[in-house]
Amino acid sequence: MQWETVIGLEVHVQLATRSKIFSGASTAFGAAPNTQACAVDLGLPGALPVLNEQAVAMAVQFGLAVHADIAEVSVFDRKNYFYPDLPKGYQTSQMYHPIVGPGDVEITLEDGSTKRIRIHHAHLEEDAGKSLHEDFHGMTGIDLNRAGTPLLEIVSEPDMRSAKEAAAYLKAIHSIVTYLGISDGNMAEGSMRCDVNVSVRPTGQEAFGTRAEIKNVNSFRFVERAIAFEVERQIELIEEGGSVVQETRLFDPERDETRSMRTKEEANDYRYFPCPDLLPVVLDQAYLDHLRSQLPELPADKRERFQNELGLSAYDANVISASRDMAEFFEAVHIECGDAKQAANWVQGELSGALNRENLSIANSPISARQLGELISRVLDDTINGKAAKEVFQALWNGQGESADAIIDAKGLKQVTDTGAIEAMIDQVIADSPAQVAQYRDAEPEKRGKMIGYFVGQVMKASRGTANPQQVNGLLKEKLDALL
Amino acid sequence: MYEKTLTQLAASLKSGEFSSRELTTHYLQRIEKADGKLNSFISVSAEQALKHAEIADNARAAGNAGPLAGIPLALKDIFCTRDVKTSCGSKMLDNFISPYDATVVEKLKTAGTISLGKTNMDEFAMGSSNENSFYGPVKNPWDLTAVPGGSSGGSAAAVAAGLVPAAMGTDTGGSIRQPAAFCGITGLKPTYGRVSRFGIIAYASSLDQAGPMARSAEDCAHLLGVIAGHDSRDSTSVTRGVPDYVESLNAPLSGLKIGLPKEYFGDGLDPDVEKAVREAVSVYESLGATVREVSLPHTHYAIPAYYVIAPAEASSNLSRYDGVRFGHRCENPSDLIDLYTRSRAEGFGEEVKRRILIGTHTLSEGFFDAYYTKAQKVRRLIRQDFLDAFEDVDVLMGPASPTPAFDLGAKKDPVSMYLQDIYTIAVNLAGIPGISVPAGFSNGRPVGLQILGTHFAEAQLLNVAHQFQQATDWHLQRPAFAEEYA
Repeated sequence: MQWETVIGLEVHVQLATRSKIFSGASTAFGAAPNTQACAVDLGLPGALPVLNEQAVAMAVQFGLAVHADIAEVSVFDRKNYFYPDLPKGYQTSQMYHPIVGPGDVEITLEDGSTKRIRIHHAHLEEDAGKSLHEDFHGMTGIDLNRAGTPLLEIVSEPDMRSAKEAAAYLKAIHSIVTYLGISDGNMAEGSMRCDVNVSVRPTGQEAFGTRAEIKNVNSFRFVERAIAFEVERQIELIEEGGSVVQETRLFDPERDETRSMRTKEEANDYRYFPCPDLLPVVLDQAYLDHLRSQLPELPADKRERFQNELGLSAYDANVISASRDMAEFFEAVHIECGDAKQAANWVQGELSGALNRENLSIANSPISARQLGELISRVLDDTINGKAAKEVFQALWNGQGESADAIIDAKGLKQVTDTGAIEAMIDQVIADSPAQVAQYRDAEPEKRGKMIGYFVGQVMKASRGTANPQQVNGLLKEKLDALL
Repeated sequence: MYEKTLTQLAASLKSGEFSSRELTTHYLQRIEKADGKLNSFISVSAEQALKHAEIADNARAAGNAGPLAGIPLALKDIFCTRDVKTSCGSKMLDNFISPYDATVVEKLKTAGTISLGKTNMDEFAMGSSNENSFYGPVKNPWDLTAVPGGSSGGSAAAVAAGLVPAAMGTDTGGSIRQPAAFCGITGLKPTYGRVSRFGIIAYASSLDQAGPMARSAEDCAHLLGVIAGHDSRDSTSVTRGVPDYVESLNAPLSGLKIGLPKEYFGDGLDPDVEKAVREAVSVYESLGATVREVSLPHTHYAIPAYYVIAPAEASSNLSRYDGVRFGHRCENPSDLIDLYTRSRAEGFGEEVKRRILIGTHTLSEGFFDAYYTKAQKVRRLIRQDFLDAFEDVDVLMGPASPTPAFDLGAKKDPVSMYLQDIYTIAVNLAGIPGISVPAGFSNGRPVGLQILGTHFAEAQLLNVAHQFQQATDWHLQRPAFAEEYA
């Protein structure tokens, strides 16, 4: 039987506010345990929450970016359950009236095709603390620094049909929130976490199968792997005559499998009710208009512009627009050199390669966009050839010069385009290589094209790489053929 | 000194008749002598009080003392205080010292008043007799076999016995007004949002409100002026300005339109209480007010609605007492569930557990709409009843409680206890202000007249109450206890 996979994602995005969603304590990552938890975060008697306006603005910005309806009135509810790292015994969330209503996101698949994924809603909530099970000799340590950190939970419709689509969706969300600057998107530090709902159904069937929810998947790669495992598990189960039970599962990246955490019967009754300590959030049109006017150009718009106005391929446009930093770097390079395709090639090729090797983000690139743009300009105006360009790039990367021009001068990499000078070098190489010339002469005509490479190499070497390769090629062919 | 009202004491301090140190010492001695019988205090902070009294005296000598500087007060043990334990009447918090002062406490300190200690109360403010305290019941100074009312029973008893000139209480369903009535003092529950709830241990967040309990409406006016106002730490406190409550006390009452809700004079009302209330109303008529009957048709739904909403909020508010970070923790827990269940089973008293269970049940899946959602609808109807009534009249009057103080141990089943709050509870559901003023006696136990106004009508309520107290002297009566034991 043919099976279709149905996937919906709940993405928790940590908002980049300076203080917590309901208190003035700092949200900075990595502080000593329990040093960033105030009376409100500790759930001390008498402490009361006060909503962080910045968190509201960020949620609204996200909503506007995904073309969603923004609720005129949204309400915080209490989700009640006991857990040691949940200090108040409830999490303040938005169950019944979330701030962001239905919207949608366009994802781009590897083949360049696009698909629209609907967003059911997004709501604001507070994060819990962390339970630490190691280093406490059978006891549990609790760190409440994270308690009260603002989260935006973005809930998709079950619109994805493959692990790849799910990963593309997650990337799209990542790129929107980082473009907006409402999250640092750092998945390793937990700034973006994701619960995946997976079910399978026979292809053609309309009704959804029973779903399992995989909790806390925290990388793009893990999302794909967790789904792949889960889909296989479910299909196998059904084909063997069993049935999928609705349950919560945990992905174990070490073993590459999902494990049952709790079934529906064991699920908590969270006893949601409106939080009486917080007033409903009422937003007016002027506020929304103001935030709308502050929105940056978003990844989908950039992608379209890169494709339609700058002539990039769908693939290039997608890769470059995925990160705001990369897109902006690319645009700066383009402005400097005037050639979008070259700019895209260099940013995705040489630059990304070097950054990856040294594990640097593009924001920390040792080469500025201006330097790279100027380097490309020197290739475009034939000042240097491609080989020399790579040498200049490396020198810029190593900080051996301020600009491409300075390095070209210092290293004497300026391309030789003087025909006379090149001809002199060619004559010398031909004179020095009688055996190779003889081979060339005796070879089948169709094999000569390959053999010419040797001579080109020799000439380039003689010019210390500065000769214009196209010119060398053309002249060599003329001179060698004249010897036939 | 204890015979004087807070207003009179403030004048004496100002004139230099005595110092705050002398005054504070006087009250501390009275507490020392008499509170063994009353049990109105959970903590007395004598040393600290004397230190603050000296600071107040110095400030006065230097010419920068505010009008209430040096006045001793007591705080219901529900207000978080730095340095002094805040137990909320519970074993759960018997070891709890707050790292901060409640906003009310902060404001009272800034005004230069002096806290003598923390008063006894029903555990987590759940009760109408002060019999639900981990620290034992409080006695009514008018009759030591009677309850003082609750949950602010310690505050009411201490003021009535002259152990302190005034005290702070909180009122979620009548917890200021009913004990004020039982103890023959004046107690004001302000409009919801008028006084910050920050640092007040939550019982039912949408109903809780702090207010003053004192000898007279004038005293209450002085204190409300200090504690009212917006607080950025409480989202539900209002930004509305605070009027001068003292200035408006003397406005004449001629033309005042009084409504008597017919539902407040029905079955179950003690005839002596009714007589006292009707006589009080006729005093108002003599002062130029007109009286008419009005109806609050949803009154009888108030108690059921309250006992859905308040326990629902309480069940959530009290989840933080889990033995993990503060408060009572059981010995040698075997695992997490054992830690939770035994810490809570040991730390909470019967009534608190009962309300947590009720609230947990009403919020449960499958019951939520039938209970909580329905109760919220009823709440809106009750609020509308009051708003409709205030279209026609300025204030409403009736009894604060259907009976005078009952005997200790008299109300064994919870429902008969809940019915004590029949005239006070709807006021919290509607969020409007109410004041209870002494209006007579029934068999030697005080009777309270309750006056209700529309939202933010505190100035009017205080004015109306003050004019009554200018015309009568019920509020000046003292129990014999005040002289015999203290």
